Amino acid sequence: MSVQVKLPTILRQYAGGESSVEAPAGTIGELFAALEKRHPGLSSQVVTSDGDLHRFVNIYLNDEDIRYLQALETQVADGDVVSILPAVAGGARRP
Amino acid sequence: MPSQGSDSRGLEAHQGETLELAAADVTALVAYARACLPEEACGLLAGIDGVVARTHLLTNVERSPSTYTIDPREHFEALRQAEREGIELLGCWHSHTHTEAYPSPTDVAQALYPEWVYVVVSLRDPEPAVRGYRIVAGKVCAVTLVIG
Repeated sequence: MSVQVKLPTILRQYAGGESSVEAPAGTIGELFAALEKRHPGLSSQVVTSDGDLHRFVNIYLNDEDIRYLQALETQVADGDVVSILPAVAGGARRP
Repeated sequence: MPSQGSDSRGLEAHQGETLELAAADVTALVAYARACLPEEACGLLAGIDGVVARTHLLTNVERSPSTYTIDPREHFEALRQAEREGIELLGCWHSHTHTEAYPSPTDVAQALYPEWVYVVVSLRDPEPAVRGYRIVAGKVCAVTLVIG
């Protein structure tokens, strides 16, 4: 386990309250699959049932948004930091 | 993303909460919101211990008069800047162009930061209204803004 994954407050409930967890190197998709085994429920908040990144979450590999890399196929290596940032959104319009 | 069932303290823990902002920052924030009309404006608030040290005036990528999404890149950079400065993101702000300074159902549904203060600026009336709130598990609690 050598990739640090920083969790937003809203996801810490799935990791025993921890603000970051470790994950294995591989693709981002593989990383979240591995995290799901250790922290059930966490990955389903980030990756949809269709295998896409949820539109209300942004993921950074070090300083790069993975949507501008290879998305869930982005390779993550030892020493990398993955940051999960929920979108900041809203507005006056009623849903 | 999940709704905010994760804040075990609930709203009760935030009763009487305050957020301090400099008057100059509020003036700049309102001016920016007006300049963004007819679109909603938005940004982030950084500081420590309930005192805002930096107000970010950011891009609404929705470019809409009724919805906003803060540019993810700008959000990330504001977070990085806060980390470098030894402060943290305390909250966010956005404008309502024609409605009250209160979180809408959309605001509540999309509030994914239970640890933040959500500031809403209403430009509905000639005198803008600036109000602060906590949004936790779908419920809204007022936060007193201390502007000075």
